[in-house]
Amino acid sequence: MRQLPTLPLPAPAPPAEGYSRREALVMGLFALAAAATATGCSAADKLAYEEFVQKHFKDLSPEELKDRLASMEKRYTEQYGKDVHVSATPPQAGVLFGYALDLSRCIGCRRCVYGCVEENNQSRDPQTHWITVLEMDKEEGVNLQNANAFYDHETVPAPGKFYMPVACQHCENPPCVKVCPVQATWKEPDGIVVIDYDWCIGCRNCIAACPYGARRFNWGTPSIPKDELNPNTEYLGNRPRQRGVVEKCSFCLQRVRKGLYPKCVEVCPVGARKFGNLLDPDSEIRYIIENKRVFILKEELNTQPKFFYYYGL
Amino acid sequence: MRMRSDWWALACGTVTLLLAVACRPVEEKHPRFGSVMPSTATQDTAEAATRAAAKPVSAPAKSPRKTGAQLYPVAPPPFSDGVFPCSDCHGKTDVVNRTPHKVEFHEDIVLHHDEQNRWCLDCHDAQNRDKLHLADGRLIDFTESYRLCGQCHGPTLRNWKAGEHGKRTGSWSGDKQYLLCASCHSPHSPHFKPIKPKPAPRRQEAIR
Repeated sequence: MRQLPTLPLPAPAPPAEGYSRREALVMGLFALAAAATATGCSAADKLAYEEFVQKHFKDLSPEELKDRLASMEKRYTEQYGKDVHVSATPPQAGVLFGYALDLSRCIGCRRCVYGCVEENNQSRDPQTHWITVLEMDKEEGVNLQNANAFYDHETVPAPGKFYMPVACQHCENPPCVKVCPVQATWKEPDGIVVIDYDWCIGCRNCIAACPYGARRFNWGTPSIPKDELNPNTEYLGNRPRQRGVVEKCSFCLQRVRKGLYPKCVEVCPVGARKFGNLLDPDSEIRYIIENKRVFILKEELNTQPKFFYYYGL
Repeated sequence: MRMRSDWWALACGTVTLLLAVACRPVEEKHPRFGSVMPSTATQDTAEAATRAAAKPVSAPAKSPRKTGAQLYPVAPPPFSDGVFPCSDCHGKTDVVNRTPHKVEFHEDIVLHHDEQNRWCLDCHDAQNRDKLHLADGRLIDFTESYRLCGQCHGPTLRNWKAGEHGKRTGSWSGDKQYLLCASCHSPHSPHFKPIKPKPAPRRQEAIR
């Protein structure tokens, strides 16, 4: 493949003199706006200002991060009328997450899809699903061109069909990360590809680059019923998103970094979904990779997914 | 002569060096991911320390004294309401007809599990109904029924123990909760029945 020329990007201005260029510019604009309305600065204005000039997640100092989390919690708590907790759990050392899915067991019941929606606060209307379950012919095998995500049978599995749920593959070599012009998405040390929703500019380059169709764009304002909101949220994971940003599977960051299984693993009624630490030789994920017929999706693209499909039978 | 001893010393030195290189402890790395571990500057040291320790946090402690129930903590057996203990009705001194025959009671149970060759007392113990028995006659509790199932389904039991077969809940790194075979498969009719799927996603054209 032809190597794209890299643009000589200007180095980010060091915030040595108190304010960076970006902050100074935005502050100037806000000052102008405040002067124009002559109303002074209310608490809501302050929050809006803070959000507008905030730094990239990775550049936040521990104190700044604490402030950000606190103001987010305040805003979500007001918005949803219940105690919402936002945290930024760091990755555990010596852990690289991997996922395996048994194609010979999956029955296409979509329990994982809706379990994920509830756990990760996906928009109900307009509808956002991080997992797509594809139905394909057993006789034909894995052929994504003839896959159907909109099957609607009375009962599943339908005769002669098999099912392949697809979500973010958490590539070791993620094309979405490469194309993001603002580095709003990146791969964490534990292998999870995350998005800073406040840094995303909504250009959707990552959606075009992802060969698995795993990323979703919030075309409309996401809506979640207040009583259905999951209040245990993560900065880089399942906190409520805004319109105009991209989201996708995060391996249930808010669960797995605390040692729990992802939600889809726990709701699967046939036990087709497996999860664990790829660096732990005793983990079930390693047992599967070493003993079962495993394949990865679109291997030829060298994306090196950490999501493994296998045949357990 | 002087020349020869020099050569001898050189040869000895080379062999020692080669041996030292060959016997150097090899750092254990995963063939696929060990070398491409992503890391940030702040986490480099912590990760290096963990890898040097070479003991994954989640490795379960292996003690030979652990019994089946401790090794594989399972959810309670899924008894129908009011059916256990079986000894409420079946006494230990009852006279039992051990020839396979149609039973007039327990009509809700339909045996569809190699029913040509098997019947109740192949698994349930005739004399102690609160227990099951293995093929060799050893009695086991219902909480260890996977040992009974594993007599025929050996590879499945092996995969279940490794965490490949069946659903695991709890923690990927710490205590795992296993489910008994019978928690998902009815022991009398183990094949899964088709279920109703959740609604299909809305088509993109329909989203406005």
